[in-house]
Amino acid sequence: MTRLKAGGPAIAKQGILVAFIVFMIAFSLMSDRFLSVDNFMSVFRQSAIIGVMALGVTIVVIGGNLDLSVGSMLSFATVLVVDLHDKIGPELAIPVMVLATLCLGAINGFLIGILRLNSLIVTLGMLSAIQGLVLIYSGGQNVDIVDQRGTWFAVFGRGAVFGIATPIIIFGALALVFHVIMTTMPFGRRVHAVGGNPTASVFSGIPRSRVVFMTYLISALCVAIAAIILGSRVMGSQNNVGQGYELQVLAAVILGGTSLLGGSGSILRTVLGVLMLAFIQNGLILMGQPYYTQWLVTWAVIIVAVWLDVAAKRGRLFSPIA
Amino acid sequence: MAYLYENPLLRWLMRNPIWGFVLIVFIFFSLSSEHFFAARNLQNILVQTSTIGLIALGMTLVMINGNIDLSVGATLALAAAFAVDVQSWAMFATWGNWQILPAVCLALLVGILMGAINGFIVWKTGVDAFIVTLGAMLGIRGLVFVYTGEQSFYAMNFAYSDFSALSVGPLPVLALIFLLCVGGVHWLLSRTVHGRNTYAVGGNREAAVNAGIRVGPHMMINFMIIGFLAALSGVLLSTQMGAATPNLGRDYELWVITAVVLGGTKLTGGKGDIIGTLGGVLAIGILRNGMNLMQVPAFYVYVILGSILIAVLFLDKRFNRTTDGGLRL
Amino acid sequence: MSDQQQPALRLQGIVKTFPGVRALDGVDFEVMPGEVHALLGENGAGKSTLMKVLAGMYQPDEGQILIAGQSVQMTTPIEAKAQGVVLIHQELSLVPEMSAAENIYLGELPLKSFGRVNWATLEKRSNAILARLKCNFRAEVTVANLSIANQQMVEIARALTVDARVVVFDEPTASLTDAEKVVLFDIINDLKSQGVGIVYISHRMDEIFTLSDRITVLRDGAYRGTLTTANTDEDEVTRLMIGRSLDLSRNEAAPKFGKTMLDVRNLSYSGLFEDVSFTVRAGEVVGFYGLVGAGRTEVAETLFGLRTASSGDVLVGGEKVTITSPRDAIALGISLVPENRKEQGLVLQMNCRDNMTLPQVQDLTAGPFVSQGAELAIFDQYRDRLAIKTPSWKQSVGVLSGGNQQKIVIGKWLSMQPRVLIVDEPTRGIDVGSKSEIHQLLRELAAQGYAVVVISSEMPEVLRVSDRIIAMYHGRIMREFDIQDVTEDSLVQAISGIKAEEPA
Repeated sequence: MTRLKAGGPAIAKQGILVAFIVFMIAFSLMSDRFLSVDNFMSVFRQSAIIGVMALGVTIVVIGGNLDLSVGSMLSFATVLVVDLHDKIGPELAIPVMVLATLCLGAINGFLIGILRLNSLIVTLGMLSAIQGLVLIYSGGQNVDIVDQRGTWFAVFGRGAVFGIATPIIIFGALALVFHVIMTTMPFGRRVHAVGGNPTASVFSGIPRSRVVFMTYLISALCVAIAAIILGSRVMGSQNNVGQGYELQVLAAVILGGTSLLGGSGSILRTVLGVLMLAFIQNGLILMGQPYYTQWLVTWAVIIVAVWLDVAAKRGRLFSPIA
Repeated sequence: MAYLYENPLLRWLMRNPIWGFVLIVFIFFSLSSEHFFAARNLQNILVQTSTIGLIALGMTLVMINGNIDLSVGATLALAAAFAVDVQSWAMFATWGNWQILPAVCLALLVGILMGAINGFIVWKTGVDAFIVTLGAMLGIRGLVFVYTGEQSFYAMNFAYSDFSALSVGPLPVLALIFLLCVGGVHWLLSRTVHGRNTYAVGGNREAAVNAGIRVGPHMMINFMIIGFLAALSGVLLSTQMGAATPNLGRDYELWVITAVVLGGTKLTGGKGDIIGTLGGVLAIGILRNGMNLMQVPAFYVYVILGSILIAVLFLDKRFNRTTDGGLRL
Repeated sequence: MSDQQQPALRLQGIVKTFPGVRALDGVDFEVMPGEVHALLGENGAGKSTLMKVLAGMYQPDEGQILIAGQSVQMTTPIEAKAQGVVLIHQELSLVPEMSAAENIYLGELPLKSFGRVNWATLEKRSNAILARLKCNFRAEVTVANLSIANQQMVEIARALTVDARVVVFDEPTASLTDAEKVVLFDIINDLKSQGVGIVYISHRMDEIFTLSDRITVLRDGAYRGTLTTANTDEDEVTRLMIGRSLDLSRNEAAPKFGKTMLDVRNLSYSGLFEDVSFTVRAGEVVGFYGLVGAGRTEVAETLFGLRTASSGDVLVGGEKVTITSPRDAIALGISLVPENRKEQGLVLQMNCRDNMTLPQVQDLTAGPFVSQGAELAIFDQYRDRLAIKTPSWKQSVGVLSGGNQQKIVIGKWLSMQPRVLIVDEPTRGIDVGSKSEIHQLLRELAAQGYAVVVISSEMPEVLRVSDRIIAMYHGRIMREFDIQDVTEDSLVQAISGIKAEEPA
């Protein structure tokens, strides 16, 4: 009864795509403002920050690890770049912030890639430590950019290129670049190998430590880029602005079908997961639902999506455990 | 130095290093601050740590099982909301102080129910507990917001908020409840079949299945236990606050996991105990309390705790080399 | 074994199908009380499926199971155990962090009221069982701290918590030393004398001919026949298993050896091996024979850069080298086909081609991109050369048979054009047909000029492929043999630690 029929696994594997389409259709029917270019553009723009971070986390997860520190890192990076903007100008603030964020990523990479400590716990500890760092740096205050009109820094979060909002371009370009790297370049192949079987990777001569280290640098870079977009859009920052982002990012990665065990996953599908979450939020709001309804919907969607994925792999709908 | 290994106390300390840390910070703060080593303050520590501590007891069970529960903060908030709100329901208006009883019972039941849902989904779908409870963390928080309509609830019955001030002798009732739960869960884990099976399921799930242990219902029970403890913690917290807020408990799961890992429980399952968890909980509690007394800004606590967590991991790896025989992997 | 006795266990016409494959096709099998009945067959012949049916882990689609004459249905391992049928798994199913006592009584802990464990009873009973097995450790010991052999004892002890009628041993000697095997055989004989029926699954002919009373052979899920051990020989059994005789002849063309490719001098790693010295020439196959724990794999790992020796020198192609990582080793032309292909040799989720090109993917590039054409060329080349059977390169290696998986690993390392090829247990867990192919391949590689080192625990294998054999024991080289001079006896003595007498 619970064996999936021949067509079953195929549908289940594409579960996310199917769910996505179903939701889109449902939302378009339930609200006439949904299916418009303006609305779609707005959704893409708003999903850019989570989206960019999710790209980096996807690469870390394919490599067999987790990164829970991205939320605090976002707070750190945004506060830093906004604060330094007025002190040393955006031309210097941006590189300094990127460097500082990469250092944090390097710490993650060192502890996890080289010392081989557990990534969940390490990044949990870093989440806490970095949040403390931000609080110390900001003295508990929020930061603002004083001259919000006159600075070219605004282009990242508020500008547009050929009519398309800059955040969308950044997100899209980054997704494309990472997709190419992960699918056609040796580095991508190695990340998949290290995540799939770290021992066999070492036996095949792959520098496992270096590969994992790089994945955390990439994740930190993505956070830095997301911080530029965020800081530029809001022109200011609360010192805990990134709180909770790590779990939204993780939810998007999971929805996209990347396995938390490592070794498999796709950048493009993460983009789908990110958009899916964004459209759920958008669709529900357009339907007049309070913002927290999306959490209930997301709960159901995550469980059903992953369930179908797991079920497809084992060939049975329900777990065989008694 | 070999004789050091003979001393059972030192050996125990080396296997549970967190208590060594607890001892050190305890002594440090006793010497650094005149307010620390006072009955009143020590009672405070017990009460403050009981919030995270109660949940950590359940998290120990769940993690030894090889699972995790990220939704405890949300469950705590939901239970707190129920406890405070149900008191004021019209049907209980004439009950006087007894109106608290159905409220608390319902709150605890809600916690058990949330745990049962999580456990059931993990059992029947085979989806990893991390993902299931990640979703639940979002969804249950959604339920909290739906139920409270983004409002905070305030307890009208003063007996409710006065409860948190009660003591039995030198011990606040809240601390007593915490310690009783510590004893209870410790007994469960070390002396009962369910507890021993918890280790078995976490240590080698397949072996447990083949030995006839019904792993699905077993894990569900542990989720229900942590759900109950999260709800209990929420109820007790709301008596201290006299209120329930919709954002209550945010990020609590991270502190709980930190405490449990500090106490020596392994994320991969099969290893850990309540004494260790208690040590982890006290370590965090003493650290926060002591630094507060010394007027160190709370910011530094975050950095210190994050660093300690990583240090513990590193030391554990150093001193508990698993037998891969020196292969450079 | 009198005629009036009923079989302790009888399987009649067992059929078991999985999607697309008929794993068991009307198999008959029986075990008499007090008999050791060996079950033989290639990998994939259906042995483990049959045993899982027996142990209650699978339900047969057709056929019956009779225990002491009664037809039974066993839907879980617990029910099977209640009926007196116990399976001792090949992979130990113990909980490492719990005590032996709790493992022995896993799932059936003695209870007091309120779900409390009755520790006194548990301790008493478990220690009694361990005493019965003549174990030298107490039941309170944590299983993780026991040796593999002792862990196996705990596994066997689990079978004895009930009065077993039939005990099934699945490849029990895979990780045991000779001394430990003797203890195991004693236990088996003990059980035998108590009237327990034993099913013994193994690939090792010598053990089967020593222990068993009867032999049943399965091939491709079908029952091929039952022989009385005393009346048959290895050749007849092999013919039943693979349908033909094995060609065990060596290619007797005189081997031509080139210059010394690998020269190891006084290599030591404290605690694992000491003072290991040997040479390997191009065109030569040097076999390393020894028991589990002799140190052979550890030497290979050191040569491949996975361990750092505490002293000694290694020369490759005549030049002294330092090898600190597998990448160093690869750059020097050393390749290692590891012992455990699933854990160390392959990324099971990846496809065949990617697995094969993994060590050199960074060099197979067109600009910054991986050159799929170059990759496929390599895959095609070695697929043809090694006769790897897979529908397409996109197939993930996890679904291939053991033999084909091993060929992918070998192909992977051959494609690196090594000077020295080290192969650790090349045919472990591989069916007889593929085994023979791989042996042939190793000889051919030598003939082409590779310097080959083969590590093996199977005497027929090491005798078949090697030009020279090095016997190791407890981390030391005991003796070196030329293939013309070696005898089975002298080899066994060497690896058991008995130093040879110099001929007068």
